Amino acid sequence: MDLLIPGTGLIIWQAIIFLMLVVLLSKLAWKPILNSLKEREESIQNALDTAEKARAEMARLQADNEKLFKEAREERDKMLKEAREASNRMKDEAQLDAKKAADKIIDDARAAIQIEKQAAMKDVRTQVAMFSLQVAERLMKKNLSTDKAQKELVEEFIKDIKVN
Amino acid sequence: MSVFSHKITRFLLIVTLSFSSVFSFAAEASEEPGFNVSEVILHHVMDDHIWHFWDGHYGTLYLPVIVYSSERGLEVFSSKNFYDEHHNVVTYNGYTLDHGHIYLNGSSVLDVSITKNVAMLFINATLLIVLLLAAAKGAKQNVGKAPKGVQSFLEPIILFVRDEIVKPNIGHHYERYLPYLLTLFFFILFGNLLGLLPGAGNMTGNIAVTMTLALFTFIITNVSGNKAYWSHIFWTPGVPLPLRLVILPVEIVGIFTKPISLTIRLFVAITAGHIVLLSLISLAFIFQSVLVGSISSLIVLFINLIEILVAGIQAYVFTLFTAVYIGMATADHDHH
Repeated sequence: MDLLIPGTGLIIWQAIIFLMLVVLLSKLAWKPILNSLKEREESIQNALDTAEKARAEMARLQADNEKLFKEAREERDKMLKEAREASNRMKDEAQLDAKKAADKIIDDARAAIQIEKQAAMKDVRTQVAMFSLQVAERLMKKNLSTDKAQKELVEEFIKDIKVN
Repeated sequence: MSVFSHKITRFLLIVTLSFSSVFSFAAEASEEPGFNVSEVILHHVMDDHIWHFWDGHYGTLYLPVIVYSSERGLEVFSSKNFYDEHHNVVTYNGYTLDHGHIYLNGSSVLDVSITKNVAMLFINATLLIVLLLAAAKGAKQNVGKAPKGVQSFLEPIILFVRDEIVKPNIGHHYERYLPYLLTLFFFILFGNLLGLLPGAGNMTGNIAVTMTLALFTFIITNVSGNKAYWSHIFWTPGVPLPLRLVILPVEIVGIFTKPISLTIRLFVAITAGHIVLLSLISLAFIFQSVLVGSISSLIVLFINLIEILVAGIQAYVFTLFTAVYIGMATADHDHH
């Protein structure tokens, strides 16, 4: 059966052509195609890795942010508290100072009034004394203008003395 | 809608293909008065010095004959010289053509003619080079981009061969064997598909072609065979001594049965497919009935589709077994 007997010529041609194909395609086709496939796979893998990394980074950043926020909130609360305390203290101090100043002013005023009063009283007293003297003088001038009146006064004094 | 029209186009294409083979066949069949089915079928599946498409003056392509003999040296002439105007075989310049063999004055010569199958080899190789170089060009141009055109058609097949056939069977050093296995797969696949075209030669269904491919696998397997591989063959470890003596011849026979099984499997699968197709077409001429002819044509259409499947399967199987043999020869046998 010729069908089952391999022909020499065809074996030779097949060997030549197939070897040539293997060499040619290895160099010109398989190498670039397989390289590009590998590169693509690597780039896809890299992209996936990068995405994964970015996701982890995001999560980390988010956690960091949360922490920062918390810290900031605490800081703010602390600062607010301190400020409130400071303002309270300042208010108290100011009140105290104001009171002290007011007290001093009042005291001073009181002292000044006292002094003024005393001076005024002294003045009044002097004035009154002078007025009394003038009144007495005028009275005396009028009453003792005659001799009779002078005598009567003397007598009256004597009488008083006598009574006493 | 477009998918549907695609299907229609494909269907029509297949119908045309199967019918055109019927017609080219019919033309030939009607020529001979006594229609000898087995002779015609064998003629179709075998190699030839001429490429016969249809009857008539221009229907035959006369391929060049290249012969070498120690007497005459290398001689090249057209195979047309073997045929007279009535298509009868004649002797030319001392050379005679007898059932596909060329004799010089009764003694055989080295015949390296461009036969039908050699021409098919050239066509197959050209097609592979053109397509794969286009894909390679695409791979170089579309760096960092999505594949396009031929590249995106061939890349999944290449990936299939790499990831499903080569990698799992050979292991971590698979890259050394990848170019050979890819070439093997594409050569057989395209050869099988080309062989299904009407008028095409039965190239991958020729035992010389399959034998040569199996021979390459045989050489690569045994050249890359490591110490573990050979020690398994000659002195199987972990087996009692008397058994080793029994295993030894079995293993040695096994070295050769592997390529032989590869040779025969591909040859038989493709040739048998062609014979089945031709037999079914022949039914129409045997019974000379329109009814039988139409029914057998429908079956031919169906078988043609199966043959397309077989074309892929046989390419897969040949490559798979080659990968398995190489994997067995290069595996690190530390599990014993």
